[in-house]
Amino acid sequence: MNPFSSGTRLRDMIRAVRACKTAAEERAVIRKECAAIRAAISENDQDYRHRNLAKLMFIHMLGYPTHFGQMECLKLIAAAGFPEKRIGYLGLMLLLDERQEVLMLVTNSLKQDLNHSNQYIVGLALCALGNICSAEMARDLAPEVERLLQFRDPNIRKKAALCSIRIIKKVPDLAENFLNAAASLLKEKHHGVLITGVQLCTDLCRVSEEALEYFRKKCTESMVKLLKEVVNSPYMPEYDIAGIADPFLHIRLLRFLRVLGQGDADASDLMNDILAQVATKTESNKNAGNAILYECVETIMSIEDNSGLRVLAINILGRFLSNRDNNIRYVALNMLMKAITVDGQAVQRHRVTILECVKDNDASIRKRALELVYLLVNDTNVMPLVKELIEYLEVSDQDFKGELTAKICSIVEKFSPEKIWYIDQMLKVLSEAGNFVKAEVWHALIVVISNASDLHGYTVRSLYRAFQTSSEQESLVQVAVWCIGEYGEMLVNNVGMLNIEDPITVTESDAVDIIEIAIKRHSSDLTTQAMCLIALLKLSCRFPSCSQRIQEIIVQLKGSLLLELQQRSIEFSSIIEKHQNIRSTLVERMPVLDEATYSGKRAGSLPATGPTSNAASLNLPNGVAKPSAAPLIDLLDLSSDDVPAPSSSGGDFLQDLLGVDLSQAASLSGTSQAPKSGTDVLLDLLSIGSPPAQSSTSTADILSPGQDNTSVSTLQRISSPSSLSAQGSSPAQAAPMMDLLDGFSSSLPVAGNGLTYPSIVAFESNSLRINFDFSKTPGNPQATLIQAKFSNSSPNVYTDFIFQAAVPKFLQLHLDPASGNTLPASGNGSITQSLRVTNNQHGKKPLVMRIRIAYKVNGKDTLEEGQINNFPRDL
Amino acid sequence: MIKAVLVINDKGKPRLSKFYEFQPPEKQQELIRSVYGVLCSRPENVSNFVQSNQLFGLDSRLVYKTFATLYFVFIFDSSENELAMLDLMQVFVETLDKCFSNVCELDIVFNFSKVHTILDEIILGGQVLETSSTEIMKAVDEISRLEKASNAMTLVPKSIATWQSR
Repeated sequence: MNPFSSGTRLRDMIRAVRACKTAAEERAVIRKECAAIRAAISENDQDYRHRNLAKLMFIHMLGYPTHFGQMECLKLIAAAGFPEKRIGYLGLMLLLDERQEVLMLVTNSLKQDLNHSNQYIVGLALCALGNICSAEMARDLAPEVERLLQFRDPNIRKKAALCSIRIIKKVPDLAENFLNAAASLLKEKHHGVLITGVQLCTDLCRVSEEALEYFRKKCTESMVKLLKEVVNSPYMPEYDIAGIADPFLHIRLLRFLRVLGQGDADASDLMNDILAQVATKTESNKNAGNAILYECVETIMSIEDNSGLRVLAINILGRFLSNRDNNIRYVALNMLMKAITVDGQAVQRHRVTILECVKDNDASIRKRALELVYLLVNDTNVMPLVKELIEYLEVSDQDFKGELTAKICSIVEKFSPEKIWYIDQMLKVLSEAGNFVKAEVWHALIVVISNASDLHGYTVRSLYRAFQTSSEQESLVQVAVWCIGEYGEMLVNNVGMLNIEDPITVTESDAVDIIEIAIKRHSSDLTTQAMCLIALLKLSCRFPSCSQRIQEIIVQLKGSLLLELQQRSIEFSSIIEKHQNIRSTLVERMPVLDEATYSGKRAGSLPATGPTSNAASLNLPNGVAKPSAAPLIDLLDLSSDDVPAPSSSGGDFLQDLLGVDLSQAASLSGTSQAPKSGTDVLLDLLSIGSPPAQSSTSTADILSPGQDNTSVSTLQRISSPSSLSAQGSSPAQAAPMMDLLDGFSSSLPVAGNGLTYPSIVAFESNSLRINFDFSKTPGNPQATLIQAKFSNSSPNVYTDFIFQAAVPKFLQLHLDPASGNTLPASGNGSITQSLRVTNNQHGKKPLVMRIRIAYKVNGKDTLEEGQINNFPRDL
Repeated sequence: MIKAVLVINDKGKPRLSKFYEFQPPEKQQELIRSVYGVLCSRPENVSNFVQSNQLFGLDSRLVYKTFATLYFVFIFDSSENELAMLDLMQVFVETLDKCFSNVCELDIVFNFSKVHTILDEIILGGQVLETSSTEIMKAVDEISRLEKASNAMTLVPKSIATWQSR
């Protein structure tokens, strides 16, 4: 046996691993080494045991399994020599954890080593115990550790103190055993022991109310005195960090004082002076000094009220904000976020500096500063703040714009003092970053605009101007198109001119130009184009002179590949051509959208989008609450644009809007369906041939066209509008052509048989489609049986098909095995799977489900995800 | 409490990993990978703090610092002061530097068990044990001396020849 071989062999292994060029090579080297180590273990080789374990630790760090070496640790720990024990304990901490049974076996060795005559072996044992101690070991070994708190060597005392922390965290009942020993540690002079002793006392206070009382009574004064000594202590080179004497002890003491002062006015009083001294005297040009200041601020904020100190603390944070070090600004913002609840006024004073941080180079600082600004906004400062933010929006990074835009919109909605200001700011945001504005935000804007009747002219003219400069911003274009469609004549005639406006000259054909540009832009999405078509239809009536030209534009879309556009184009041109007499009533201005119901709906429909959108309810002070005249029809008009959108997530909001409204339709059928000539005709038109007399069910017909048979295609229906008078309301299989509209049928529970529900298309992507059929067992209204049917319209077979679903807490879901895991191509077959859902909030909350589908196409893994919100309401 | 100390090189290889809260080995590797993923995409001149709630659970903060080819990473919860953790990292690196005189990545690779010993003298069970690098060095030197002594006595194969070869 060569005594020098072992060390080099560890080096050799590391070299070999480092020399590997590929992961496969590395695995091969490791495999070889592991095999050799296993062999050595099974031969019970003693000479190389600790070298092998050292290797295993290295292998473990690289992420390979090493469990087979666990017993070797125990053997090494039981050995007599120091090097063996050292490696054994290192291995114990790295390779094992407190959950393993093997650990039980080590308790005895630990106990012996804690009583060892060699203090370094005691140190090793304490270190290992502090890292991996389990509750049982804590109970067994607590007396040893407690005794070691009084050991002669300070190194052992400090290790024992930290070990005690682990013990009392595992078994809080043991806390009282440590009280006296811990209190005596506070009288130490050795800094290392003091740091750990203070930490032990802090943790004792956390786990035991009794300990907290004890230390509060006995130690508050002495700790204040100790901190005073530390602050005024002469220079101590070995504990000095960047010129500050022992910052760690400072910080530990400040933290302990915080625990003592929290919720106790007397204790807090005692420490006021020293806190003020630390806050004013500590040098702040070094990280260590700032760390102390930061800790001091946190303590001041946590202890009982002293407004003078708090102002001092917040001013320190204010100073931090202009520090050149990113880290300091970062922690200051974090702390201000907490401080704002304690003393909002004091934080307000630093608003300007905080606003500067929104423009910081560091993204994480920007983000925090923006959040803080968001919290700082109130009725009095909203106008200058928003002005600053919008100005910054122009120059900000692309990747920050989304967040900034969302926050600005939210602030504007929440705090706007008047409508004109709201509209102005929103238009600025739309022209600057319209592509980042979320759909619900500009929908809300439209609701506000439609309610501000005295601002219609002003708004449409502003939008016209904005469009000239920022036509690349999608949502600006959408709002502009909608407004021009509605209020086109106000644009042309300068109606409702405000004093602040300059009159502009816009001809009728200029207005149509805008829509034409918008509809022909390459970047326009389906929603925009569909909105343009409606705007054109409206303008054709308002601008008779342009009627011919408008019809030409509309006709161009007859050949659109998108069913929705094609259908609209054909319908609208037939209205313009053949139905002059009803056209004017048909395209009357939209009735005012009801702000109250709308904002309520928004709040309800967006529960999970965080504070930003929750706060975004529309409470504009001078909003005149108009009676909700047939909101259903308006919303349909506006949102039917999105109907063909195939993605299940994209049209979420609109679907939701519709979903909610449909439910209203059921309850309000009397009011909203009151047959008014114009709207009714439109309804009929959209419902493609259902008899107009069917007042309350006509909505149903629009929205459940999937209820007829496959044979009738849409186009045929349009051309022969009377062929469909007999639409049954039985939930038949949906026809593929009508899938587009299918999403809506879900919201309409079929009257009559309480136990049948319309099937829904739960999910649809380019090629994958999931249908849900529902049934309920009589007498158990909470449980629903769902038959899921998956079909694949792509030319490729999907293999390894797995469907997973998740539901919120109030639901329970059980998935039965699927009928197969291969999904044939081109719709030539399907997989079925049944799901049982139990709704504990039956009748209160509708079903909702998140789904994930995994499969392989040509051997390639594919993953699709979605959320199903369109369950029938009363499941 | 400190939850983990990691040293990762600029290629993503772990050079030292010490978890003070139990994590199964697979999870450890995953965490190292994701921490590396976050760090190597950080631009320069930004703060040393990273939100790490997704990786390490609520109430966790991550401080990192780059030294030559290595990322030093401390993960800890709200009971530690972020700025002080930066200083502690400095203490750790200074001690390594004293130990290996001009420490470089290779020193850490080949002497990882010594690096562990040093770390164990600074942090114990996730709590700060000692902050003076002089004190830490004293303790580590004592341990080396003991090791050497018992090796000389028993002529047992040396666990870490590199210790003595320096």
